[in-house]
Amino acid sequence: MKLHNTERNYSEKLKDIETLARGLPAVSIMEICGTHTMAIGRSGLRRVLPDNIRLISGPGCPVCVTHDREIDNYLELAKDKRVIIATFGDLLRVPGSKGTLNAARSQGAGVVVVYSTLEALRLASNNPDHEVVFLGVGFETTAPTAALSIIQAKSQGLGNYSVYSMHKLVPPALEALLCDGSVKLDGFICPGHVSTIIGTSPYTFVAEQYKKPCVITGFEIHDILDGLYLLLLQMRQNKAKIDIQYIRGVKPDGNPIARKTMDTVFRTGDVLWRGFGVIPNSGLHIREEYRDYDASVKFGLAMDHHYINEKEAICSCGDILKGLKTPNECDLFKGLCTPLNPFGPCMVSTEGACAAYYRYEA
Amino acid sequence: MDTITLAHGSGGRLSRELIEEIIYPIFNNNNGHELYDSALLPLKKGTIAMTTDSFVISPIFFPGGNIGKLAACGTINDLAAAGAIPKYMSVGLIIEEGFLIKDLQEILISLYETAVEADVYVVTGDTKIVERGSADRIYINTSGIGIVPEGASVSPKNINVDDLVIVNGTIGDHGMAILSCREGLSFGVNLKSDCTPLNGLVKELLDVGGISCMRDPTRGGLASILLELAHQSGTKMEICEKAIPLHPSVRAGCDMLGLDPLYLANEGKLAIIANPSKEEEIMRVLQSHPLGKNAQVIGRVASRDLKGTVLLETDLGVKRPLMLLEGEELPRIC
Repeated sequence: MKLHNTERNYSEKLKDIETLARGLPAVSIMEICGTHTMAIGRSGLRRVLPDNIRLISGPGCPVCVTHDREIDNYLELAKDKRVIIATFGDLLRVPGSKGTLNAARSQGAGVVVVYSTLEALRLASNNPDHEVVFLGVGFETTAPTAALSIIQAKSQGLGNYSVYSMHKLVPPALEALLCDGSVKLDGFICPGHVSTIIGTSPYTFVAEQYKKPCVITGFEIHDILDGLYLLLLQMRQNKAKIDIQYIRGVKPDGNPIARKTMDTVFRTGDVLWRGFGVIPNSGLHIREEYRDYDASVKFGLAMDHHYINEKEAICSCGDILKGLKTPNECDLFKGLCTPLNPFGPCMVSTEGACAAYYRYEA
Repeated sequence: MDTITLAHGSGGRLSRELIEEIIYPIFNNNNGHELYDSALLPLKKGTIAMTTDSFVISPIFFPGGNIGKLAACGTINDLAAAGAIPKYMSVGLIIEEGFLIKDLQEILISLYETAVEADVYVVTGDTKIVERGSADRIYINTSGIGIVPEGASVSPKNINVDDLVIVNGTIGDHGMAILSCREGLSFGVNLKSDCTPLNGLVKELLDVGGISCMRDPTRGGLASILLELAHQSGTKMEICEKAIPLHPSVRAGCDMLGLDPLYLANEGKLAIIANPSKEEEIMRVLQSHPLGKNAQVIGRVASRDLKGTVLLETDLGVKRPLMLLEGEELPRIC
């Protein structure tokens, strides 16, 4: 059989990692981005790493950390006949306590999948008799485009457009994990896309205060291998700093224009994370001067920080998002909880740890 | 009149004008067969193959084709992959009131030209007009009839251990081309749907011999079709990730959206299971044909396995089982 060959030499990179890992104690490395989790699962990387290197999936999937209360809020909103929900595809199958957006759509709710906030704005402009609400789920990567859409809506005088901001920030979650200390972590593979916006400085505390090495890494498997190499190198040299492997995408100071756009529209505040509870200053709320474009104000969407999440109490997503358990250690995994019948968002999101394990590692 | 109205579906004068002035002139040229409610088809000896498919795609115009071309290719390729020589086709149209007649003409001309290219006659059809809001602009159903020559057999039953798994080119082009039409998504370079009739290529392959089975991996992509073949033949297939040809834009788009190219739709691709003794000739035929120039052997049938397993050897050398898609693939947020 003649097989196509590529010049990428993964085995050499793996050998380099083995060499560095030799002599190190058992180390646990967290990838805090769902895209990394999926890439690691798809390639089978966990199965070929040295025994003393353990990769743990962290809270890096924006859908997975979206709280049930937020999901229930937008599902309730979808019932309003005046409202068209504009959403990225990820959220369609995410279950709230009473169904999904997909189910709501099949029962007549106005739910449109968009691929950009530009599309959501156009939807508002083409449907002046409806209120278009864009579901702003995501980290620092997507928050700037949501912010920009609000600025554009205001400048165009579009009164029927608003954003339900469920945006969250990555560094406060890292801090929450490190403060918690319940899981032993020796280093971090930091997210490429988020870092494109925020650069390196928001991670400095991880290296300086907690002495944990960090490498901002791209999403192809050779990126992840190179990222691991750089991480192990820091460990071997007893260093803790913020390295950038993903130099083709990330500058040390990130993208100041995107950050400025984000800061213009949003302010930080305490928000609920699925699996974590309230993390201080980890959410993005729409500023007072843009309140006309804030769906939570426009439609009175409440967030109760004492909300009891019954489903979360049964499923292990909290422990999974914190790296305390792997998905296949959850009692519901592959039984009560499957991608077609997900118990929580981690099983349905295309970046979810449970979905990645179900598809690639179970 | 520029647009379709409900009156075009009334069965009255406008219906007749739509058929006689818009639809009939397009399809009446390629066959010598009159378009009646039922076609009378002279068939030669052999087995008759029949297929039907409905096309409800959005957007209806996309890079590399439109719903008309797709409707023709879908049916022609279903017949061809079954080893049949496609001969005749029906075209059923469901059109939303308000649809532009010039768009209808463009779609039907594409369908007609594709049928001509494949030497297939459109011999019967139907047109229905529905109220605005009852359909998404236009739906097309095509059914096709083909003849399987005596002695020819392509079926999962023929699949044997050691057979090769071959694809005739880059996979996922159609699925990603459709996604690239969406606003805000741009993959830069020249990504078109691979939508094309494959019967010419299939005929050349069947002439070589050694073809155990073929399928066109449309919805559900290459992974789904290989899983289906493995299941139907009771075999375990092993395919190699780095051997699977991918257009750079499909790779980039999949990275961006978190999609797996193995599950993206194709409209001009074949998964070919073939006897290894014919590898050289089959690859020569494929690679000298415009629709097979990027053909690759991507794997083989490894063993008997009643469960029907497909193992993917990843770039890292790990073998993991492919799974059927659970629900539709959804692009991720970031």
